[in-house]
Amino acid sequence: MMIPSSAPPPGPWTAAAMIAAIVLSSTAGEVLTAAAMKSIGDLDEIRARSGLKGAIRAVLTCPLFFAGVGFLALAFFALLFALNHLDLSLVAPASASLTLVTNAIAGKFFLKENVDRRRWTAAMLVCIGVYLLAH
Amino acid sequence: MAHHTLTPRQYLILGLVALCAPLGDTCLSRGMTHLPPISLAHPGTLIAAVFTPWITAGIALLIGFFASYLTALSWADLTFVLPATAFGNVIVAFLSRFWLHEPISVMRWAGILLITVGVGFVAQGPSLTEKPAPLSENAGPAAEAEMEQVR
Repeated sequence: MMIPSSAPPPGPWTAAAMIAAIVLSSTAGEVLTAAAMKSIGDLDEIRARSGLKGAIRAVLTCPLFFAGVGFLALAFFALLFALNHLDLSLVAPASASLTLVTNAIAGKFFLKENVDRRRWTAAMLVCIGVYLLAH
Repeated sequence: MAHHTLTPRQYLILGLVALCAPLGDTCLSRGMTHLPPISLAHPGTLIAAVFTPWITAGIALLIGFFASYLTALSWADLTFVLPATAFGNVIVAFLSRFWLHEPISVMRWAGILLITVGVGFVAQGPSLTEKPAPLSENAGPAAEAEMEQVR
């Protein structure tokens, strides 16, 4: 649905809320998908043992995977909604770079990954880099 | 089994993740801009768009991206895979500069440099967090004695 061209542009808080919705749903999706894949195990080994069908079956019978895909779909629709109201040059770099930071935090606390100084530095460098590249 | 250093095949899968996502998006973008505006009142035109060559190629590339992304997540940490695959943005920037002859501003060159350094940082570390293995029933007597001491 298109908003009329006469509609006022959203304020900074509304814009921030739209970007936050993309970032949070995307982070939830990434973390749940990563947790699902860790619970399934090494897909290369499963494929070597039970073939491609076995690997696909292992993924499609994992409920966590569908929860992750659900949140990723939510992030996609939140992105479409935001693009309907905000400029692509704001939404794309802001959501892509912020998601890297929130994923590092979520990876540390929810997936218990060892996010050491090296990974924090990498996440921050890539975050700023993606922002600069998209501008 | 946990792999902390990647095999050439695993580097290939990370490369596929990095390449397929931006190339798929580019194909979709190219396909959609060559079509007349699509209205939600005529959803049939959207379905017909799926079968145009650029969009079909874009969808195939994005399916390839998701399959290789899931494979990478099965043997590496999320905080390792995401920065490593951001290198795809750099590849697309180089393609647009040298293939499509689009100009790249100083800001974008700075972004390319930061992403490359960031990916270099994360790629030098372990790809997977080592988690202590749970003691199995077949654990040796030394492990049993250690557990007794903890109790």
